[in-house]
Amino acid sequence: MTLIASSIGRKFAMALSGLFLVIFLTQHFAINITSVFSAALFNELSHFMGNNPLVQFVFQPILILGVLFHFTLGFLLEIKNAQSRNVKYKTYRGAANAPWVSRNMILSGAVILSFLGLHFYDFWVPEMNYKYIEVLPLNSERYFEELIHKFESPVRVGIYALSFVFLSLHLYHGFSSSFQSVGLNNSYTKALKTFTVAFSIVIPVGFVFIALFHHLTAF
Amino acid sequence: MKLTLKIWRQANAQAKGKMETYQLEEVSPDMSFLEMMDVLNEQLIEQGIDPVAFDHDCREGICGMCSMFINGEAHGPDRLVTTCQLHMRKFKDGDTITIEPFRAKAFPVIKDLTVDRSSFDRIQQAGGFVSVNTSGNTQDANAIPIDKHDADKAFDAATCIGCGACVATCKNASAMLFVSAKVSQYALLPQGKVEATDRVLNMVNQMDEEGFGNCTNTGACEVECPKGISLENIARMNREYLHASLKG
Repeated sequence: MTLIASSIGRKFAMALSGLFLVIFLTQHFAINITSVFSAALFNELSHFMGNNPLVQFVFQPILILGVLFHFTLGFLLEIKNAQSRNVKYKTYRGAANAPWVSRNMILSGAVILSFLGLHFYDFWVPEMNYKYIEVLPLNSERYFEELIHKFESPVRVGIYALSFVFLSLHLYHGFSSSFQSVGLNNSYTKALKTFTVAFSIVIPVGFVFIALFHHLTAF
Repeated sequence: MKLTLKIWRQANAQAKGKMETYQLEEVSPDMSFLEMMDVLNEQLIEQGIDPVAFDHDCREGICGMCSMFINGEAHGPDRLVTTCQLHMRKFKDGDTITIEPFRAKAFPVIKDLTVDRSSFDRIQQAGGFVSVNTSGNTQDANAIPIDKHDADKAFDAATCIGCGACVATCKNASAMLFVSAKVSQYALLPQGKVEATDRVLNMVNQMDEEGFGNCTNTGACEVECPKGISLENIARMNREYLHASLKG
């Protein structure tokens, strides 16, 4: 049996793709938070990310493939796992021995995936349209205005905030869990779990703060 | 104590089972759970009803035969005990107790609460052993110095009794805690290192072929394991497997 076809190989693949997405998420947050205190810096960074050939034609496709890979494998594993218990229990007290979040990664993952659909519709599709379909002239000043325009709608801000609650839950289990999957469970695990709790709160709350900040200061 | 028992009854592997309800009176809080089941079976025999089939052997918590899923948990609500070591004092007078077999595709029901756990035997046979030269030149194991830390970890892993509570508890019916304990107890010792590569590859391969689910690190297995087998073993098995796969 090849590594990727085995149950442990798939654990590795889920963990590594998840960690890759965590790195991207951190980088995304680092750029977005600049929009709170400097429109110019946000524009500069966004322009670089949107026009650098390496980012556009190497990193962006890798990122999209990473997202597709992570959720496709996640759904396939969920189906396989469900089939491993063909007759269900009449009484099953999952809460007695495992946190809700660890038992419902597929739910939090599905919400995040739905959010990504909206997020792509909001930002990625218009960006692709601007650059490659309408081929409009380069404008390094447009990103901040586009951002605050998106957060004018309270409904959109609400959906974003709710989605980030599920992102927080997904990270809460997934981040430290991925280290266990790649075989790292040692004296650093306790510290890693503490860091995971902090990370799973700080990053999603930070994203919600950015959305709320622009929503409330837009008027 | 008066109890209402809701028990899975299934005549054989092919039959369609269902939950049956029985009333039981005069249960002593000092009885073990299996003694309570014995009392129920005596009552059923007197009533001309087929007694409930369930696995049991040593009744001392070391053989791993008893395997009931009680009130939604493997081996019931107590921690670090098997069903035979669970006592009725953990329940209250008037309680309704639900008793089901360990459920997994790889643990098919034989009858009532008895399941076929021979999939564990096949995993063990795939690599859970150390080949020993029996020509008369075998080195005395006690003559091989082993780091105390490793010896303790190996012994902890070796306390796995293979009851299957990890599979029964896991929402994915994953057997990784069991397999990792068996891999770890040898991987940590010099005697086991000779066959380490083949062992982990073969045991994991057999585990996958048996139809167990995939581990998603919920940690439920560790909580419900009557021997307290640690998740560290799964991480160790993952490392061993990656290393063995790359080594070929």
